[in-house]
Amino acid sequence: MSELLDVRVASVRQLTPLVREFTFEAVSGDLPGFSAGSHVQVHMPGTGRPLCNAYSLLSDPQQRQHYRIAVRLQEQSRGGSRFMHEQVKEGDVLRLSPPANLFAPHSRAGHHLMIAGGIGITPFMAYIAALEQRGGSMELHYAYRSGLTDTYLEELAARLGAALHPYDGRAGQRLDIHQVLSDQPLGTHVYICGPDSLISDVCQTADALGWPAERIHWEAFAAPEPGEPFVAELADGRTLAVPGDYSLLEALEQAGVPVPNLCRGGVCGQCMTPYSAGEVDHRDLYLSDSERADHLMPCVSRGKGGCTVKLAL
Amino acid sequence: MSSMLAQALPADLPPLAAIKPRTLSLDSIKPIETYRDDFTYRNSAGAIARFPFPFPEDNYMYSVNIEPATVGPAGSIFEHWFDVDEHYRSEMAERALVLARDPRRCMVMPHMQEAAWDTLEMLMEHLATDYPALFSLHREGNHWHWQNRVLELDQHFTFGDASTLPCEPLEYITRQAQGDFAVLDQRDGDLYMDAGIVTCPADWSLAFDAGMSFKQWHAPVPMAHQMGVFDRALKYLMNIQVGKPVRRLNWTLTINPRMDTSPETFHEWGHERGQVTADNVGQLVHLRVELQFMPRLPRSNALLFGIRTYLISFDELVSQPRWACRLHRVLRDLPPQLIEYKGLSRYHSTIVEWLSQFDPEA
Ligand code: FES
Repeated sequence: MSELLDVRVASVRQLTPLVREFTFEAVSGDLPGFSAGSHVQVHMPGTGRPLCNAYSLLSDPQQRQHYRIAVRLQEQSRGGSRFMHEQVKEGDVLRLSPPANLFAPHSRAGHHLMIAGGIGITPFMAYIAALEQRGGSMELHYAYRSGLTDTYLEELAARLGAALHPYDGRAGQRLDIHQVLSDQPLGTHVYICGPDSLISDVCQTADALGWPAERIHWEAFAAPEPGEPFVAELADGRTLAVPGDYSLLEALEQAGVPVPNLCRGGVCGQCMTPYSAGEVDHRDLYLSDSERADHLMPCVSRGKGGCTVKLAL
Repeated sequence: MSSMLAQALPADLPPLAAIKPRTLSLDSIKPIETYRDDFTYRNSAGAIARFPFPFPEDNYMYSVNIEPATVGPAGSIFEHWFDVDEHYRSEMAERALVLARDPRRCMVMPHMQEAAWDTLEMLMEHLATDYPALFSLHREGNHWHWQNRVLELDQHFTFGDASTLPCEPLEYITRQAQGDFAVLDQRDGDLYMDAGIVTCPADWSLAFDAGMSFKQWHAPVPMAHQMGVFDRALKYLMNIQVGKPVRRLNWTLTINPRMDTSPETFHEWGHERGQVTADNVGQLVHLRVELQFMPRLPRSNALLFGIRTYLISFDELVSQPRWACRLHRVLRDLPPQLIEYKGLSRYHSTIVEWLSQFDPEA
C-alpha cells in the first residue's frame, strides 16, 4: 500500500472570512475508511519548502466517498494555511497521509462532553456523526467569534438542539468551565480541541475538581511554532542549518533524512530521535523529563539560539 | 494470545524457489479433513512448500519482532492480507464444530458492535478482491450481496443491521475466514480484548482473557517482562495506522494436527503429550506456526488481531532437509523456561533425538 493518497479537491467553500472548507475525493479507487477524531496530513507542493500540516477530518465517517477538512487562516502562518486559502482550487490534486487517530471518542464513556474553541470544532463534527449513529449521549460547548470562527453553527443547532451550548466571544458570552465540568454525571469523558489556553484551562479545572486523567482528552492544533535558527549535526557528520520558520523535522525531510511521524505536533511519539549534544528547547507533550536528557521530538522541538544539536541519525 | 511475545522470531520465508504463484479455484480446496478423532489432516506438496517455517537462524532470541506486513511473493502466505489455502473447508467445518459445542468461543461486547461490522467489511473486501473465484461482494449503499462459493452461501443483507444476517456479524464472517480473530478496543493508552472468535488457540482462552488489557493477558509469558518488551510492543501496536498492518510469526508444537488446543478442552488433548515415542514422532508431533496479522479497523479505530494457524507434521517437515537440520538445532538449544512454557517437557528429549538424524553435524 502506497504511503500517500492522491486526492482531488472536489469543492472549496469559504465558510467565514477566516475559514475555508475543502472536500477531497479519491483520484482513483476508494479512500481508506476513518474513525471519528482522525486527522490527515496535507502535503503542500510548490511552496518552495516541505510543508505539511495536520487537519482533522470533519466529514461523517460512514460517508465513503469523500474527506472534508476546514482550514483557518492563521495570522502567523508559516505558509500552510495561507497556501490552502490562496492556492488550492477545485480540481487540484493534493497528497494526503492516510488517516490516523490520536483523539478517538472513548468507547466506554457514559456521556461525551465536547468543548471546542473556534476551528477546534472540526474533529467534533465527525464525533457528532459517529455518536448519533451509536446513540451516544453528548453535549457540545462551542466558543467562537461570530462572523469569523462560528463555523457550522446553524448545522450544529439543528442537529444538537439543547445539547449545543454556544458562546459568542464578540458578544461577551463566556464559557464557564468550572460550571460545565461540575454539572457532569459520573462516567463523563471530556474532549477539548482549541487553542492551548483553552486546553490548559479545562485540564486544570478538571484536575482541581478531581477528574481522573483517563477521562480528559484533548487535541492541540499541530502547527509547530517558529523559533530561532539553529544547526543540526547528523551522525555522518553532515550539518543542516535549520531556519527559524522550519521545524527540525521539515529540515531533515528536505535533506532526505525522513523520520517516522504521525501528528507533527509533539504528541504521538513517532518521531522520537536520540541526540547527544546541544541545548534543546523541548516543546513536545510526549517525553518524560528523564527521556529529554537524550531524546527530542523534531516535529516541534528545536535547538536553543544558534546552538548545534548532535543527532544520532 | 498469552504467548504473543515470548517466542519472538523474525518472519522468514522458506527457500523461495519452491513457492509457486497459484490461482485458487474451487478445486484447489480439499474436501473436509479432520482436526480431531481420526485426524485425517495432511498437507499437499504445494502446502508444504509455502509453509511459513519460522526460524531464520539456528537458534533464536527474544525480541519485539513485529514488522510491517508488506506484500510477499505470489503464492506465499504473505501474498494477501487474509490467506486462504487448501484447508479452508476443513477449518471452517472444525470451527462450526467447536462453536456448536461451546458458543462462548465467540464474544462481542456491546461497545464493539461497530468494530464487528468493521471486521466484516475488511474481510469481505479483501477476500472478494483477492480470491474472485471463491468470493464476491456487491454493494449498493447499505445493501450488500455476499457470495461464498466454497461454502455455497449467498447472502443479501443490510450493512449495520445485524437482524439481516443469520448471526452476529463478527461470527458470520469469521465462520468463513481461516484463523482466529481477536478485536481489541483502544482506550486509556492500552488495548482491551473486548471481542473475538477463538476456536483454534494455542492454549489460551477467549473466555478467560475477555476484557483484559494487553498487559494483563501477557502476564503469564516468562522472561519478557524484564525486557521491557511489552511497553515497546504496546506503543507500536497502538500506533498502527489505517492501511499499514503489521505482522509477526509465533510457534509452538502440537501433538496430532489438532486445531483446538484450548484450556477448555485440555482433558481431550493434554494426555497426548505422553504418547510420543521414537517411533511415532514423525506422525504425531506437529510444528504449529501462527501468522499474527494486525490491521487497524478504519471506522471503529479498534485493532484487529488475526491469528492464522499452520500445522505441519514432522514427517512432512523433514521433506525439506534445511528445515529439519535447523529445527533440530533450535529445539536442542531452547532455554529450559521455554520448554516448560510451551508444554514440551514430556517429549522434548525424544524429538531432539529423533531430529538429530537430519543434522549432519549432530
Ligand atoms: S510526529 Fe508526533 S510527536 Fe513528532
